[in-house]
Amino acid sequence: MPARTSWIPYALIAPSVVFLSALFLVPLVQTVWLSFSAGEGLSLENYQRMAGDLNFALAIKNTFLLTLVVVPLQVVLALGMATMVTKLDKGRDLVLWVLTIPLGISDLAAGLAWLALLQNTGYLNSALYALGLIQGPTGWLSQETPVALFFAIVLAELWRATAIVLVILIAGLQLIPKEFAEAAEIFGAKPWTRFTRITLPLLKPSLQSALILRTVLAFEVFAVVYALGGRNFPVLAGEAYVWQNDNQNYGVAAAYAVLIMAISLAATALYLRVMRTRPEQLP
Amino acid sequence: MTTSAAELKPASASRAMALPSARRLLLWTGLAVLIAWVLVPIYLVALGAFGGRLGVFRWPKSIWPADLSFAAMSQFLAIEGVFNALVNSLIAAGLTVVFSIALGAPAGYALARYTFRGQNAYRLLVLLTRAFPLAILALPLTVSFIRLGLYDTPFGVSLIHTVLALPFAALVTQSLFMGIPREYEEAAWVFGCTRFQAFMKVVLPLALPGLAATAIFAFVISWNEVFAASILTVRERTLTAYLLRILAESPLHYRFAGGFILIIPSVLFIFAVRRYLFAVWGIASK
Repeated sequence: MPARTSWIPYALIAPSVVFLSALFLVPLVQTVWLSFSAGEGLSLENYQRMAGDLNFALAIKNTFLLTLVVVPLQVVLALGMATMVTKLDKGRDLVLWVLTIPLGISDLAAGLAWLALLQNTGYLNSALYALGLIQGPTGWLSQETPVALFFAIVLAELWRATAIVLVILIAGLQLIPKEFAEAAEIFGAKPWTRFTRITLPLLKPSLQSALILRTVLAFEVFAVVYALGGRNFPVLAGEAYVWQNDNQNYGVAAAYAVLIMAISLAATALYLRVMRTRPEQLP
Repeated sequence: MTTSAAELKPASASRAMALPSARRLLLWTGLAVLIAWVLVPIYLVALGAFGGRLGVFRWPKSIWPADLSFAAMSQFLAIEGVFNALVNSLIAAGLTVVFSIALGAPAGYALARYTFRGQNAYRLLVLLTRAFPLAILALPLTVSFIRLGLYDTPFGVSLIHTVLALPFAALVTQSLFMGIPREYEEAAWVFGCTRFQAFMKVVLPLALPGLAATAIFAFVISWNEVFAASILTVRERTLTAYLLRILAESPLHYRFAGGFILIIPSVLFIFAVRRYLFAVWGIASK
């Protein structure tokens, strides 16, 4: 590293700073501004309209419920997958490739893939029919079956977004020195003890990253829901889209956006606090 | 003699060998279930995409392919707007790749090779983007984009997609350049190369595979993004935005055809970067 600071690094980062300022920081401020402006001057009108909307309470409930169910399940599932994969000696790369395929699949496409399985004349119903459990094509994704629709969305989200948690956790596992587990094994620690006392604590930074990323994205959930249930299952980002595109009301859409951002920031702050790792705890 | 052979094996291999057969069976059963869990929905949407209108309503369904044809798919591609949307998706994703590498890689290089004031502030700016649902930022941008003439263009969409991909590109290229010894560059300077020449002739060739992986990730991020693309376009929609718009009124087999077209490139991309996947995300998740 050169001791003197030259102009070169500044020239190198300048374009991205300008870009992120123009397209990240400015719109961030604009969103907040837009959400508080109505007619002339500042007011809470947009927020009042948002809160008074028929779908608002439902959208809040659905989004939180979905996040609280999906994210923990994803972490558990990804931990299980990662543990299984690390036990492999043959075919590891192939298995990992298949398990990470959903990483490249959009939420919209994931919703459509599960629609093929779950629609009225779909494969799930055909299987249930063959087993004699239902009489004929049955709808699971309508307003009359909110619980089934919820589980359909949970399944599609688990399918699509567990891969990202898996990849982050495996990247984290690779950083843990093998000697730790081997030493514990010599001292007679059982697999479960090794997992909870060594692997999990050392994996905390990766878990934190995965949780932050997944929670932020879960509050943004939208296309999966729309592909499977249309507007039968209101979520926050979906409402923002509807207010902007269908109702052409940018103020209320912005209010929804600010709400989503506030929840995401609060969740991030919570994870950073609860899962704090001191430098001396790192391998 | 058998014990010494076992000792020579790497630790992971010997542990796998040491698993009793019952547990190995359990392991492979579990993995088979997981692999099926990933692949079956893709297979079923493919059946839906190639089964056509009749296939969609056939009851009860068989999981084996029957009278599949390209007719349904070619009909879908012939619908007005689909081809245009496909082209727009490719343009937007291509531009996102160019912008995020052009802006992110120099920043990554600066972070890897220099210590400078404001370095931590820059890193904070990049990490801050992680805590926000970035696609939401498309909402206020609609107004500015209309004023600037960027609204309803793949170029405008690619700008917001670059916000999603750029932080990722900066962090990944940083570690990529850190992995290339500085001495190589210094040797080139000694032999009379300028800094720029040294970078082009020595560093770039070594960084190229990693840069390619980063580019593919930027492409996938843009190709898959739905919310911002739907907000920022009306006529020049990307494929995701187009599908979202027609979702409510289009017949099922068209939806499956669209879903299948969205999935295929993604599967190939993940295959192309599978060697870099864990390194790249290990860094990006820091």
